[in-house]
Amino acid sequence: MLKVESLTKSFGSLVAVDNVSFEVPAGQMVGIIGRSGAGKSTLLRMINRLTDASSGRVLCDDAFATEVDVCTLKGRRLRQWRARCAMVFQQFNLVPRLAVMTNVLMGRISYHPTVSTLLMMFSDADRALAIRALQRLDMVSHGLHRADELSGGQQQRVAIARALVQEPKILLADEPIASLDLRNATIVMDSLRRINQEDGITVISNLHLLQTARDYCDRIIGMRKGVIVFDGAPAQMSEAQAREIYGSGGQDNEEEVELALGATSTGH
Amino acid sequence: MANAAPRGLAARFASEYAAHRRRKRVYATLFGAVFVVCVVAAAITAKFDVIKLVDGLPRTSEFLLKLVPPIGMSSFANDVREWYWDIGKWMGSLLNTLLMAYLATVLGTFIGGFLSFFAARNLAGHYLIYWTTRRLLEIARTVPDIVWALMFVIAFGIGPLAGILAITVHTIGAQGKLFAEVNENISPLPIDGIRAAGGSWWQEIRFAVLPQVMPNYLSYTFWRMELNVRSATIVGFVGAGGIGHDLFTSVQLLYFADAGAILLIIVATIMLIDVLSESFRHSAIGKASFAH
Repeated sequence: MLKVESLTKSFGSLVAVDNVSFEVPAGQMVGIIGRSGAGKSTLLRMINRLTDASSGRVLCDDAFATEVDVCTLKGRRLRQWRARCAMVFQQFNLVPRLAVMTNVLMGRISYHPTVSTLLMMFSDADRALAIRALQRLDMVSHGLHRADELSGGQQQRVAIARALVQEPKILLADEPIASLDLRNATIVMDSLRRINQEDGITVISNLHLLQTARDYCDRIIGMRKGVIVFDGAPAQMSEAQAREIYGSGGQDNEEEVELALGATSTGH
Repeated sequence: MANAAPRGLAARFASEYAAHRRRKRVYATLFGAVFVVCVVAAAITAKFDVIKLVDGLPRTSEFLLKLVPPIGMSSFANDVREWYWDIGKWMGSLLNTLLMAYLATVLGTFIGGFLSFFAARNLAGHYLIYWTTRRLLEIARTVPDIVWALMFVIAFGIGPLAGILAITVHTIGAQGKLFAEVNENISPLPIDGIRAAGGSWWQEIRFAVLPQVMPNYLSYTFWRMELNVRSATIVGFVGAGGIGHDLFTSVQLLYFADAGAILLIIVATIMLIDVLSESFRHSAIGKASFAH
């Protein structure tokens, strides 16, 4: 169970995330939707502490022996939390000059003393885990390639493999398919869903398109200007609610709204 | 789950990966052995003798003590004033040296920066251009600046001009190489972007390369300024004037106290430049990376 309580983040006078609260039971797949700038990324980055919250709490009871407020973690415990709350990014964030296998092994660095990881000393169990993760994502034949030789879709699968070997309880995905073509987007979303169902890992994913969230998620959270404006099952969302999430009221982004809602997805 | 034997593709990859790691380990061992042998060989040929080192170390203080005249507690101000009896002339020389270094840094950075695009494999276009520029830069920087200075003193006579030219040539070589390496590490994506927009080679350099490399260029340039103050001092030894000339004369005439006074001025100047360039560099790079 992950509990987000009154989480707020302000950058100067701009409030990016405004007093947001919700609970995610273990094993759920949640899609967070909203326009660019709605605070989706900031929210996810506060959960794994890549960004520090201005106020509020993030409570988690299945990463450590007892329930902890993630926002108070420091040092080694904070790094452990980040490992257990893995993240995949829109731009994949692999290390370009390293081999795919090495990139995946990076998911194990929080489990070993710093010095041994600096010397690239990983255990056989680590390597076996990495190979299995690559195999699950159908990337095992690229293991010795350099990460920057791969296509975007392949890189994202490697990034998911890296997240998997962190042995996470929660997997955060920040616009995981926004840089990918339709076919690769489908592969990546299918992988996330499979990991969610087979491993029981909670998945919280920021998504730009409503249709993707409807296709893959148990639950949708809609954000607008830093505030949650919808929280429920995909079927519960009405057309009007969807328009409220994406719409700005102006004429200028009418096309963008239609696109995000999937109303004009094919042809004109 | 932890140790289930991998099958099929995964098993093949596992053995491939194991072979890859064995190969890497062999290379690492070989490389390490060669490295150690080289270090030991270098130490032997250079007669790096630890016993001699420990033995001689105290004697260095004898020389250092000669650099400072006796300074008494009661007559402190007077003694220091006497020590720095020629401060006016020395400060004038120092200014000369600083201006030499500044001019050489500016000239060398512009010329070296220009050449760096031809010395970067990803930008040079033709291999011949790349190869020629690289060799030219190597000549410019491997010939010690004191040798360039001697040459220019013979050509243009004693004075700062020879010093400025000497340091400029060396700076061209150094900046050209360092900048070229920065150029080679940039992302090629913006270049494709500019090229796809119909840009020429010069436009690619201006709009796709320069914005990416500018912070690094700045950083290297400040560092080069520091090094050039030191170089400008040294070339003073062979007739380029400035504070180096004063230092050299006083050592030659065995006026060790004067040499000490001048050395202290130089050290203080370098420290001041270091502090100033540090803070300026940080603010400049900060701005550069947050621009746009």
